[in-house]
Amino acid sequence: MHGLVYAATLPGHRVEFGREQALTLDSGAELGPFTIAYQTYGKLDAERANAVLVCHALTGDQFVAETHPITGKPGWWETMVGPGKPIDTNRYFVICVNVLGACMGSTGPREINPATGKPYGLSFPLITVADMVRAQKLLIDHLGIEKLFCVLGGSMGGMQVLQWASAYPERVFAAVPIATGARHSAQNIAFHEVGRQAIMADPDWCHGDYLTQGRTPKRGLAVARMAAHITYLSESALHQKFGRNLQDRTRFTYGFEADFQVESYLRYQGSSFVERFDANSYLYLTRAMDYFDLVAEHGGVLTNAFRDTPVRFCLVSFTSDWLFPTSESRAIVHSLNAAAANVSFVEIESDKGHDAFLLDEPEFAKTLSGFLAGSAAHRGLK
Amino acid sequence: MSAAPNLQPRRRRTQPLRRDLALIAEMIPPGIRVLDIGCGDGALLEHLVHELGVDGRGIELSQAGVNACVGHGLSVIQGDADTDLKDYPSGAFDVAVLSQTLQATRAPRAVLEQLVRIGRRAIVSFPNFGHWRVRWRLLFDGRMPTTQVLPAHWYDTPNIHLCTILDFEDMAAELGITIERALVLDSSGRAKALNSMRLANWFGEQCIVLLRRD
Repeated sequence: MHGLVYAATLPGHRVEFGREQALTLDSGAELGPFTIAYQTYGKLDAERANAVLVCHALTGDQFVAETHPITGKPGWWETMVGPGKPIDTNRYFVICVNVLGACMGSTGPREINPATGKPYGLSFPLITVADMVRAQKLLIDHLGIEKLFCVLGGSMGGMQVLQWASAYPERVFAAVPIATGARHSAQNIAFHEVGRQAIMADPDWCHGDYLTQGRTPKRGLAVARMAAHITYLSESALHQKFGRNLQDRTRFTYGFEADFQVESYLRYQGSSFVERFDANSYLYLTRAMDYFDLVAEHGGVLTNAFRDTPVRFCLVSFTSDWLFPTSESRAIVHSLNAAAANVSFVEIESDKGHDAFLLDEPEFAKTLSGFLAGSAAHRGLK
Repeated sequence: MSAAPNLQPRRRRTQPLRRDLALIAEMIPPGIRVLDIGCGDGALLEHLVHELGVDGRGIELSQAGVNACVGHGLSVIQGDADTDLKDYPSGAFDVAVLSQTLQATRAPRAVLEQLVRIGRRAIVSFPNFGHWRVRWRLLFDGRMPTTQVLPAHWYDTPNIHLCTILDFEDMAAELGITIERALVLDSSGRAKALNSMRLANWFGEQCIVLLRRD
């Protein structure tokens, strides 16, 4: 399967939805039946009150706190999720859902279209962040959880958190949107477009039909990942990590090999990414982020998304994040203030760029555990 | 299971509340909605939330203060009294508190107007620049006064808009704000209700007022 693993061989849970009644997507298309793959950690308490939904980012997946079944690397948020960690699995029942349109078991362009018996490819309907959340809500209903104690996530995960809080405020007790925005900025759309064009320019992409033709647009997807990866870091992080250091050589080759360490690093990031991610999924999910605009959806006034909200919010941004700068979080905070919502907002000092939310940042960990403990006390969790 | 405040905080402050904060807390009835502007490390807010079951929120300028507050489970945002109060709807809070912050704002008059707009009541505490020690220092030393309440030197003080109790009274009158209650703290920390503003202006080191827009 071109370096990808068949969904059925992945660990974790999966549920089928939409067989009786298809899911109507924002695009107007109907999707069904479809599969939602998810993973859980910890135990749901008797009152079903301790469920925490973690929403993953663009290239994340449901394997939050365990060795990744394909890469063999630690779960993407093991710094935050686990026994005794800020999102303490001894206390909370943690759920993470592979989003609709992704490629780790939930239905997406890589999966077989039951109507044709062939991979969906570009016949897969466009998915929005709201669609992802609709699918997640079906799962939460299925699990018999009336109210999530907390929904949290960074970047695209943060968009899902905002969507949850605005669309289903009665189903969410606390919400933690991290390093995110209420709408995708022009600059972010521009970077995504570069990535998509790189994929589509790869002859192996075959107009999205590469799976049936037995090919993989590895070069295009790798370039997309390289460009995106730069946006996840910061100038100072790159400088500290690599500077102008040369890779395994003492002088320039006067050619176009990866002379610099930073080039070699990016090439590695690109080539390892294609082993675990589907190119079409990348197109679909970047598009979903581009389309996200909670402001426009609420008549140009973000406050309207949160009128009379009972949800307790905690927003987090990072000083060196230029993909979702602090100003984006602050705009959300101002809108929440105007709705007289219960909101905390912390900007964490970090030079790690957007990626900081995935890394070991003690101040961030302290913020999360403090907010969760405070919310748990208000919720009356044991 | 809603916000029944039977809170079991993970960690409680062991130090007693600073005297002026304790007096502010005494003016606040339990269970109401309070915004603490310039909440610092959250000492007052934590007391209000945990002891009085108040629905308390905070705004703090320093990031370190905000992080400490949120790390203790308090609802606090990083923000500036000068710029960030305009977002809140009118009457969003029962009480808006501004303790020892007014004199550090760029536009205290505008801040005060915002305060009585977003809070049905406002509680403001400020250092009194009319206290006899301040006057003494200036008159006899000829230097910018530094006192227990105003320890910073002229060159590093955050207090850019100091006033006396009489000055404050004048401004409140101009803005149509009623002073419902006023307390002064003398230099030994004893609280006195005000009978004469003129006397209070001599002997009160700090002043705490409960305000309401007419």
